[in-house]
Formats: sequence, C-alpha cells, structure tokens
Amino acid sequence: MIRRLTCLFISTLFIIILPFIFCINCEAKSSRTTINVYNWGEYISNGVDGTLDINKEFTKKTGIEVNYTTFQSNEEMFAKLSSGGADYDVIIPSDYMIGRLIENNMLQKLDFSKLSNYGLIDDKFKNLSYDPNNEYSVPYTWGLVGIFYNKKMVSEPEQEISWDILWEPKYAEKILMFDNARDAFNISLIRQGKSINSTNKNDWYGAGEDLKNQKPLVQAYVMDQIFDKMGNEEAALAPYYAGDAPLLMRSNSNIGFVIPKQGTMMFVDAMCIPIGSKHPTEAHQYIDFMCSTEIAKANIEYIGYSTPQKEVKELLDPEISQNDIYYPPEESFKNIEAIKNLPNEINILLDSLWIEVKTGKSGGLVQLVIVLLIFIAIYVFVLLNKRKLNKGLK
Amino acid sequence: MKALSKIYIFIIFFFLYVPIAVLVFFSFNNSKSRSVWSGFTLKWYYRLFQNQQILSALSNTIIIAIVSSLLATIIGTMAAVGIMNMNKLVKKTVMNITNLPMVNPEIVTGVSLMLLFVFIYNKFGILKPGMATLILAHTTFCLPYVILSVMPKLRLMDVSLYEAAQDLGCAPAVAFGKAVIPQVMPGILSGMMMAFTLSIDDFVISYFTSGNTQTLPIVIYSMTRKIVSPEINALSTMLFVVVLSLLLIVNFKQIKEISKRKATTPTKGVNAN
Repeated sequence: MIRRLTCLFISTLFIIILPFIFCINCEAKSSRTTINVYNWGEYISNGVDGTLDINKEFTKKTGIEVNYTTFQSNEEMFAKLSSGGADYDVIIPSDYMIGRLIENNMLQKLDFSKLSNYGLIDDKFKNLSYDPNNEYSVPYTWGLVGIFYNKKMVSEPEQEISWDILWEPKYAEKILMFDNARDAFNISLIRQGKSINSTNKNDWYGAGEDLKNQKPLVQAYVMDQIFDKMGNEEAALAPYYAGDAPLLMRSNSNIGFVIPKQGTMMFVDAMCIPIGSKHPTEAHQYIDFMCSTEIAKANIEYIGYSTPQKEVKELLDPEISQNDIYYPPEESFKNIEAIKNLPNEINILLDSLWIEVKTGKSGGLVQLVIVLLIFIAIYVFVLLNKRKLNKGLK
Repeated sequence: MKALSKIYIFIIFFFLYVPIAVLVFFSFNNSKSRSVWSGFTLKWYYRLFQNQQILSALSNTIIIAIVSSLLATIIGTMAAVGIMNMNKLVKKTVMNITNLPMVNPEIVTGVSLMLLFVFIYNKFGILKPGMATLILAHTTFCLPYVILSVMPKLRLMDVSLYEAAQDLGCAPAVAFGKAVIPQVMPGILSGMMMAFTLSIDDFVISYFTSGNTQTLPIVIYSMTRKIVSPEINALSTMLFVVVLSLLLIVNFKQIKEISKRKATTPTKGVNAN
C-alpha cells in the first residue's frame, strides 16, 4: 500500500514537471550558442499581455538562445560577477556600478563598429561621468528621481514642492524615504546644494546629520512598498524614480509627481560586456538588437522609464515624450547630475553613516560581544547540567 | 480550560493560515495592489503561463527539488540504518557530524559550498556552477532532515521481524527490503517531503551556488525592486493547492489503511506505531 502511495506521489510530481523537462530537452538538443544576460528584475518586455517577447524575438532573428536572469540590486550583481561562479555575456548595471566595474577591470571595451545602432543613442547620454570616454557601455534606459505626493494631503502647490518638504515637521510620519544609502544621501546633498559625487568627507558627514534629523519625521525606509503605502494613502510624500510614475498614478488618481527645481539626480542603466564573456560577438549582436528602434520602443513602452534612443523618443506617445517628468527640457539638464562611482573610502564612510542613520547609533561591537557571551554562558550551563535538568523534568 | 485550549489552537491556526489565505485572495485581485481589492480576475493565472522567466525558474526549482530530495532520501535512509548499528560513542559522534549542516547558518553553508565549487571548476574544469551544483548543495542540506525523520522509526522498529525474515530464508538484502523498509516507510516519506519543501524554498544556499541558473526564490527576490507581480501569488496558490492535495491524499489513504489493518488483526497489536 505504502509503496503504491510513493508511486502515486512520484508519478504526480512527474506529470507536473513533464512539460518542463520536455522544454529543457528541446533547448538542450539545439546546438545553438546561448548567451547569458543579467538584468534588473522586471526590466524587459517579456511577452506577457500581448507585449513583445524581446528575448524570443532575438532568438528568432539570430538563432542565438538567451539565458535571461535577473538581480535585485547593483551590489548583488557585483557580488555574483566577482565570485567567479557565473559567467555572463551581457550585464545591465547602473551608472556608478559601471564605474566601479571599470575600476576593477571587470568590463571589456566594446567594439563600436559592431554596433550599427549606436548612432541612434542621444549624445546627451554618451561620455557620462561613469564612463568618460564611452568605451564600455551602451545606455539602456535612464530616469530622474522626484517626489511622489498625495494632492489631498499636501497643501503646497506643485511648483513650491522642493526637497525641503521631506524635512517638513508638518508631514511627520507621512514621509517615506529610500531604503538605499546612495539615493537617500543624494537627496540630502542636493537639498544642501552640494554635489552628489562629492569627494569631501565633510559633505557626507553633513548629509548624515541631516538624515538623522529627518529620521523622526520618516514613517519608513522602503523601496517597492511605496507602491502600497502611497496607493493606500498611508503616506503623503515619497521620493522615487520617475519611471514608476505611471504605475503609481494609475493606482491612485490623487498622486502627483514633481521634480524639484533645486535639481535632481539622473540614473542611467547601461549594457556592458564583462571580461570572461564566452561569446562576445553574440553579446555585441544582442546589445545592437536592443538599440534597434522597433525593439527599444516595445521595451521602453513596457518598462515605463525614459529611453536614450532618439528615434524611439520621436515615435512615443506625445503625452509621454512631451512630458517634462520623463523627458525634461534641455536647459534643466544643467541641474541634473549623473551618479558616479565614489572613491572607496567615501563608500565605506557612506555605509557606516547609513547604518548610524538607520539604527540611531554607531554599530556597537561591545553590545554584540556581551550578548554573544551571555548566550554562550547559557548554552554551556545547559550542556553541563543536562543530566540534572533531565532528571528534574522527569 | 477547554475553551482556553480551543482559543489557543484557533490562534495558532489563525497565524499559520491567514497569510496563505491573504496570498490566495490577492491572486484574484484585479490590480497590482497588495492591499486594495479592485475586482475579481483570473488574469494573473493566465499571465503566469506566458511568463517564460517564471516558468523556467519554476521548472529548475522543481527538477532540483525532486532530484535532490530523492538523492537525500536514499543516502539519508542508508545513513540512518548504518548509524543505528553503530556503537554508542561512534553513533553520537556521527549524529553530531551529520547534524552540522542543519545547525550551521545557511549563509556559511552557502558561501563555503560556493567556494568549493568555484575552486573545483577553476582547478579541474568540471562541475560548472549551475544545475548540478544546485542539486549537490540541496542534497547536502536536506540530508540531516531525512536522517532525523528516519532514525526514530528505526528505533521503534521491531528487530525480531528482520531476524524472523532471515530465519524464514530471506537473504539479508531481501529481508531488509521486505521487513525493514516497510516499517520505516512513513519516516522515509515524511523525510522526503520535508527535503522536497526545504529544497523548493531555499534561497540563501541556492543564491550562492546557482551560477547562471535561477531558481524561483531568486527570481521572486529580483522582482522586489519594482513591485512583486501577483503572478507570484497565482503561482504560490497553485503550488499550495498541489502540495495540500498531495498531503490530503496520502493522509486519507494512511487512515484507511490503518482502519483496515485494525479490522483484519483486531487482537494482535503488532507495534506501538
């Protein structure tokens, strides 16, 4: 009987996975090359709901298979890439991480003669500070950071909203903040009129103090939870990426988005080929494919961020391409700074300051040691008195 | 007192099952919101089957879970039988060693496995991090759970049955298969189930040993930058339903079997279990 049950269990499982095994076998049989692409999560048009499945389209056109995988943060990507356990052919990190990868000698120089669509990229997004001679990267998307606000709960008119509103005691407990050191510090630096790529330690100490002062007003440090918290009107103000505006505004019509006049930061996500790529030629083909007008348009419509591709911008719905949130006028670009990789010592300082901001104190090694010692003492006590305790229980 | 214990049980079940109920509920929600209900829909289920990334991650996860739980079950059962027959001191030592992967923080296991695999790959060019390393890693951390669930059944087992089988002319291997395995089968099954579920939801160790392969938890985690799509709710709901129905079938059959056994052998209580 039990044997029959086991058979049942195994066969049911087998039936469930049968189609998948079949799928994998098909893939394995084809002797085509496969490139490994590593991108942000939810960051490509994937064929759901009638959108274009870009990776499938690429395979159809070139016969090259794509093993598409995703990461959640730049740091995660960096760790994976440097651990040596995985080899990727195309990666799509953000600006400052590209700078860091270049510094660590982890990227290949691109062969721009193989990238026929590179000319379609707007010159504004070439030679940015993280890749000054533009040898290593081709921009994928870009966007600005601004403030989401609830029109019912915020009394100031849109033009008067500046970064200072996030420090306004009136909105105590109604403010959300980035749960990401670099973005949070950048906001404070911009507010104080300093460069977000400052190499002066005092600027960063100042920003840390500033964020500590802000902490009592902050309801929570969040990333994707802002979609829920803003949508439910639990919070009134939250800085976030402009590209996510359509998603949020659709969920609640009271939500507005503004890019403060003081200026803001621009992020760029760009495609690169890491050293150690086994199929650089195919990787170039993939990058070029992503820059072609038809594909880039389908992709950007799915993602919702801004495109660096000139032709695509012309083809987009005027409601978006004329919108200052997604494509601000040329003159405002002087107020916008791209994020750059910081020197190592500033990065370390930034991390420790951020821990201080979030925990309210400098990481106490002493407390940790005391807690550990108490724990070990109890453990040893239990071990030594095991017999006695057991007898007592009986 | 009785009312109190009922309330206590209710609270326990409430905390255990409300999250799942909420998850199931929002898999039918028309919008992406995780708190506002805006109408019934099945579109997330439909979309799920269009999303290649989630599907391939799911197939990876299930293949790994099945292979590694089977491997862990086979190795674990053999190990448990071996450990049972050791003398007291050796038994204790070996048990402690096998329990190590379980008490070891996952992160330590994950990093050390990664270092080992990368080292082997760089040195010998074999075992490229990917499916194979994931299966090895999962088998490793599932092993102690299988051993722990088989051991008690072995301890409760009636040794004389095995000896009787040999007396009646069975070769040791046959006697083992006919007299020992059926008695410890519930333990083996529950160990396998546990290994299966542990393997499905493991994140930390998979993360470090996966190479270019992605399992479901890793894909879900990478989605949290934007908003986790309700497709994941739909998928989790389906997984939950499949596992629940499997458990129900197994349990019902077991209950039936026990009552049948009681009916046929009313006086001879063979064993405590």
